[in-house]
Amino acid sequence: MEIVLALVIGGLFAGGVYMLLRRNLVKLLVGLILLGHGANLLIFLMGRLIPGRPPLVPVDATHPVGLFADPLPQALVLTAIVIGFGLQAFALVLARRLYQSAHTDDLDQLRTTET
Amino acid sequence: MTPAIASEQQPANGKSWLHRLNPGWFVALLPLSLTLFFAGLICRVAAGEVITGSYPWVPSLGVNLSFYIDGLSLVFALLISGIGTLVIIYAGGYLAGHPQLGRFYIYLLLFMTAMLGLVLSGNIIALFVFWELTSLSSYLLIGFNHSQPKARASALQALLITGGGGLALLAGLVLLGQVGGSWELSTLLTQDIVIQNHPLYLPIVLLFLLGAFTKSAQFPFHIWLPNAMAAPTPVSAYLHSATMVKAGIFLLARFNPILGNTPIWQCSLTATGAVTMLLGAYLAWQQTDLKRILAYSTISALGTLVLLLGVGTAIAVKAAVVFLIVHSLYKGALFMAAGAIDHETGTRDINQLRGLRRVMPITFVAVTLAALSMAGALPLFVGYIGKKLIYEAALTAPSAAWLLTGSVLLTNTFTVVVAGLVAVRPFWGQLKPTPKPAHEAPLSLWLGPLLLAGLGLLLVGLLEFVPSSLLTPFLATSATAIADELVRVKLAAWSGVNAIFWLSLATLLAGIGLYTGRNGLRRLLSPANALTAIGPERIYERTLAGLQIVATGQTRLLQHGYLPLYLLTIVLTTAGLIGYTLLTRYGLNIGTHWSGVRMHEITVAVVILLATIAAVVSKSRLATIAALGMIGYGLSLLFVFYGAPDLAMTQLAVETLTVIILALTLYHLPRFSRLSSTAGRTRDALVALTVGGLVSVLVLTVLTVPMQSRLTPFFAENSVTLAKGRNIVNVILVDFRALDTLGEITVLAVAAIGIYALLKQQKQNEQNE
Repeated sequence: MEIVLALVIGGLFAGGVYMLLRRNLVKLLVGLILLGHGANLLIFLMGRLIPGRPPLVPVDATHPVGLFADPLPQALVLTAIVIGFGLQAFALVLARRLYQSAHTDDLDQLRTTET
Repeated sequence: MTPAIASEQQPANGKSWLHRLNPGWFVALLPLSLTLFFAGLICRVAAGEVITGSYPWVPSLGVNLSFYIDGLSLVFALLISGIGTLVIIYAGGYLAGHPQLGRFYIYLLLFMTAMLGLVLSGNIIALFVFWELTSLSSYLLIGFNHSQPKARASALQALLITGGGGLALLAGLVLLGQVGGSWELSTLLTQDIVIQNHPLYLPIVLLFLLGAFTKSAQFPFHIWLPNAMAAPTPVSAYLHSATMVKAGIFLLARFNPILGNTPIWQCSLTATGAVTMLLGAYLAWQQTDLKRILAYSTISALGTLVLLLGVGTAIAVKAAVVFLIVHSLYKGALFMAAGAIDHETGTRDINQLRGLRRVMPITFVAVTLAALSMAGALPLFVGYIGKKLIYEAALTAPSAAWLLTGSVLLTNTFTVVVAGLVAVRPFWGQLKPTPKPAHEAPLSLWLGPLLLAGLGLLLVGLLEFVPSSLLTPFLATSATAIADELVRVKLAAWSGVNAIFWLSLATLLAGIGLYTGRNGLRRLLSPANALTAIGPERIYERTLAGLQIVATGQTRLLQHGYLPLYLLTIVLTTAGLIGYTLLTRYGLNIGTHWSGVRMHEITVAVVILLATIAAVVSKSRLATIAALGMIGYGLSLLFVFYGAPDLAMTQLAVETLTVIILALTLYHLPRFSRLSSTAGRTRDALVALTVGGLVSVLVLTVLTVPMQSRLTPFFAENSVTLAKGRNIVNVILVDFRALDTLGEITVLAVAAIGIYALLKQQKQNEQNE
């Protein structure tokens, strides 16, 4: 399964980079979102794959028993998802505002600070 | 050495007296006290003692503010503080009423501090810091008349040349410290054999020479010195004849025991010194501006000093020490006198000055004394002893003695002409009308020249009639510090009729002959002067212009203003660096032990991949949003499969919100249009696929490395016992890493405020319209 997920991550990165290089403002944001997904999945995979064993401590124990998924990458990814959401929301509103001021969504037209 | 540091505070005291009296008298108290302090050390140093002191500065790097006072440093320190005293008094008169006199004194005292620090430093890093400070204060002083473009250009030129040399010196010092194993001079002085046999010896020497030659205006770096005459005359007298330009000489002398006595050291010093000496002298007598005449003759003197250090015999080193003092005395006097003439007549063009001896008698006496010392004409002056020693050094040089003697003879002949130009031409003959009606300079302007010139006379008396006094042993310790072997100094002005006597006489006669025939000779030589058009000055200008062209082109290349191209550069650089490291460190090693594949998992993976393709290629905004949603939900499913329910829930909630915001925002934005060409798309697609492939390989490579986390067991062990929580992910977020989460919440709040502000602003704009 790791190979499959590695390919998925590669696909997300490829799509993200391609969209990042577009001249269209919205496509750039789509690229940002795709890259975010790819990075999240990458960090998650770094904790290795343990199917169906969430990092929970049973009620009658003081520490988890047997195999369990790595909680650390999960905590990191959870933070990343939330921060990523804040970034995306702000970037989207900014893009909208920019379009209203500059009347273009072509990044090559946005070469000066004057509008 | 605290007085040196305190000197920066002195101008404040001087400033309050500014409008009442020449403030120079008060400011001069500081260098005067320093001079007396250093003079008090002569006894101890003459007895062969080395005075050291050290304060920790950056102890972790072994850098200390340490001081090392031996004969060599003390000679320099006395010159710096002594001439400094006179120059400060002089500047008070020269710049009387100047609105920025206070600033001038700050710069001048800053320079004095730096220069004293440089010659007294016992740590080579501290030495470098002071070295650079002298360059910087020189920049400020040359550009003191900052409203004149020429002053600014000259200041920049001096800074670029000496600063560039300073960088070379820094590299040399760092290498020297590494090779010698210490930053302390006292340690390095014992390491000369280790250093000279090290493979890095040659680079060290070359870097040191670059630093010293730029600072001391050696050919071909001499061009900045004549231009530095744009500075007010006190600066020219102090920095650009007596002290700062001698910093390079000091450096060579200081490190002569460590780096010297090798063929490369001796050859480069002798050759550069000889060329500079001849060129400076040759150019000096062809000038008409008094200050430029003196500047070129200073270059010649600096060349002589380098030459003497290069010859390196005991007699040559002795000659260098004596000539160093002699030159500082007469050149400082001549510069100050030239400034006084300029100040009182309004010109320093020797073609406009005549017969000043009647109107400026005291200046005339000072200049005559100094010029006689410079020409080395009479055995009554130390100049004669200096010249004698130089001839002796040249005659006894280990190699090319006759060539050197010839060069010295020629140089000294030119020097006699220069002395005549400075002392005879403006003062004798009929008084000529000058831009300002000529009159005698005030006390502050003639005191310095007269004292310095008189000292040249006085020193001979001391040497001649008090042979067992302090002076000769003191000079001997200086010479010994340079030569690293015992040098005996026994100076006498008159030593009978011998080869040196005849040489001195020949110099004098040739000089007088050349002086009378100088106009004819100048006409004869004028074709040769066309060569200066292709000289170092032109190279400097070309380099500066070239630098600007390169800078413009480079800015245009790197700062083009196209966002996609910036991103492409960043992406390619990152991918290149990662790819290079990956391939060179690990090769293509993607492991083989993988967990099995289950149908529902692979379905989700395929859906994510397909949705990614759809999001990329779709021309419809809505389809892209839908595809993004599918990717997000797919990821949540994967999180569910692999034991991350918290992630799954968060991803699900966030994805839903993102899709809603996307849909709402994109409604206000134009449809997707095709902006790039097909070639551009192909290029980007190739880049993107490369990056994607690279990341896949990277992930697989990382997975072959065994997982060794020390944090995960810690969190698992302590989740219940320390934090009383059974969901370890939650415990990490709200307990172990709670501050991170607080930061995260803050970021979200800031983003929310930002969004609110943007939307509100937009609403107002709409209302205004």
